[in-house]
Amino acid sequence: MSLIAAVSGVHDSGGYRRPPNLVAWLVLMPLLAWLFLFVIVPTVMLVVVSFAERDALGRIVYDFTLQNYIRAFDWLWLKVLLSSLWYALLTTLICMFVGYPVAYTIGRAPLHWRGLLLMLVMVPFWTSFLIRTYAWITILSKDGLLNSLLVSAGIFSHSAEILYTPFAIVLGLVYNFLPFMILPIYTSVEKLDNALIEAAYDLGAGPVRAFSQVIIPLTRPGIAAGAMLVFVPSIAMFAITTLMGGGTNPTIGEVIFKQFTSGRNQPFGAALGSILLLIFVLALWITRKYREED
Amino acid sequence: MTIDGVSHGASIYPRLGRRVTAARLQAGLFGFWTALVFAFLYIPIILLVVFSFNSSRLNIRWEGFSTRWYGELFGNKVLIDAFQNSLSVAIATTILATLLGTVGAWMLYRYKFPYQRALGLLIFIPMVMPEVLMGVSLLVLFVQFLHLPLGFLTLTIAHTTFCFPFVLVGVQARLQGLDPFLEEAAMDLGATPLQAFWKVIVPYLMPAIVSGALMSFTLSLDEYIVSVFTTGAHSQTLPLKVYGMAKVGLNPQLNALSSIFILVTFIFALGSYFFSRNKKP
Repeated sequence: MSLIAAVSGVHDSGGYRRPPNLVAWLVLMPLLAWLFLFVIVPTVMLVVVSFAERDALGRIVYDFTLQNYIRAFDWLWLKVLLSSLWYALLTTLICMFVGYPVAYTIGRAPLHWRGLLLMLVMVPFWTSFLIRTYAWITILSKDGLLNSLLVSAGIFSHSAEILYTPFAIVLGLVYNFLPFMILPIYTSVEKLDNALIEAAYDLGAGPVRAFSQVIIPLTRPGIAAGAMLVFVPSIAMFAITTLMGGGTNPTIGEVIFKQFTSGRNQPFGAALGSILLLIFVLALWITRKYREED
Repeated sequence: MTIDGVSHGASIYPRLGRRVTAARLQAGLFGFWTALVFAFLYIPIILLVVFSFNSSRLNIRWEGFSTRWYGELFGNKVLIDAFQNSLSVAIATTILATLLGTVGAWMLYRYKFPYQRALGLLIFIPMVMPEVLMGVSLLVLFVQFLHLPLGFLTLTIAHTTFCFPFVLVGVQARLQGLDPFLEEAAMDLGATPLQAFWKVIVPYLMPAIVSGALMSFTLSLDEYIVSVFTTGAHSQTLPLKVYGMAKVGLNPQLNALSSIFILVTFIFALGSYFFSRNKKP
């Protein structure tokens, strides 16, 4: 369950700490070098390229320009960004609504049940997301199961387009990211103090009030962590949105991908990437602030 | 599990007539909802497996049991090649990520490095960074600055970058339960720091290392977005081929392939569940 650890951000493990000697630095060096070379440098490079131009052959020319960013705020591209954010927001809200009762039930289940139930939530997540998305394609496509069922039941007169709609896009995202919401909420629910809930009931709260005024506020850190873990990757998860949306509603990730492959405008793709990077950093910053306040 | 949810949900509340009924109702509704969500999670996967044995090319109705698609799948050389590529990248990634993650976690536990909090944040970033960003920025690095040919090497570097933090964080979590005197005791008995690490600490960390390695292997095998940016035409991985097939529409060979993967995942998941359950400290 490293994901839970990842969510709660265990990075300051205690232990008996001593100042590092030369050997310690040398042993840690591969890790530091890796992070520098393959995380920091590429990110800086992406931002650098976003201010560059391209020549007629699509090669990058390092002349400073803001033109890529100006173009990114063209309605044509802004619309793509906004719809990506909208799908991600909708996915996050649905995952919250669908996942909370599940996380709560598992978190309050008898101890020997919890591990198994949690594993049942995780197994689909361990299965390839492409396979999970393909499973929905076989159900939703025009010659798929759902259409044939609806037609033979007489509800539809002929096959309708269920796949390749915004509905299918959000369904695909929810199906894939739901475990990311359930897990962190579960960790919060598990830590809930029974005495507090009992006190709420003793003081005359019904289940609804106990929930809205005690349980939900106490599990807020889990909800916040889940929201970030669903929202951020949903924005740019173009493999799912393209498969489920059929390219009719392109999302920001798909556009970036196309600029680097068939579109041949890498600086513009890099500018869109940098905007996405900014959104990512903001989301990360907000969640960390939020966690510190809690 | 519905029944269990109800009985337990009620037991935590004081026995106060009406309120108990309301609480029981709430737990019952939640249990019912949970069952529905589990159905939502599993029905598509189950249907996929069932229809992989359908003799009809189309997914619409059951026309009889057949293993024809499995036979065709194993004759599909393109897919077999892609699977071999995926496997070699996943193995290389697992080895690198496990080494980097385990040694990194141990060093960060044993010593207090300057700026350790910032370093912790930096390690956290590849786990949560949108894959598009990682893919695109590594592509720029590999092609524009390092002039590396895209293929096995670039894929392995990219996969290791997002896999090793998972190993590191998992090992760190286990280190929190470590008796700080264990290493000292080993050294008092004459072990060198390296021997103490190898003979005392590593065996203690083994469950976390194994689960981190398994996670790296699965994550690498499954990665599409980072791979599509960081590989060339000659080392296409399986997810890239699967994506290409799924984009076109229904394909019974893909059902068969998916079913095999689902089966393997279930075995792995169950295995690691029982492994970690029996190895609790």
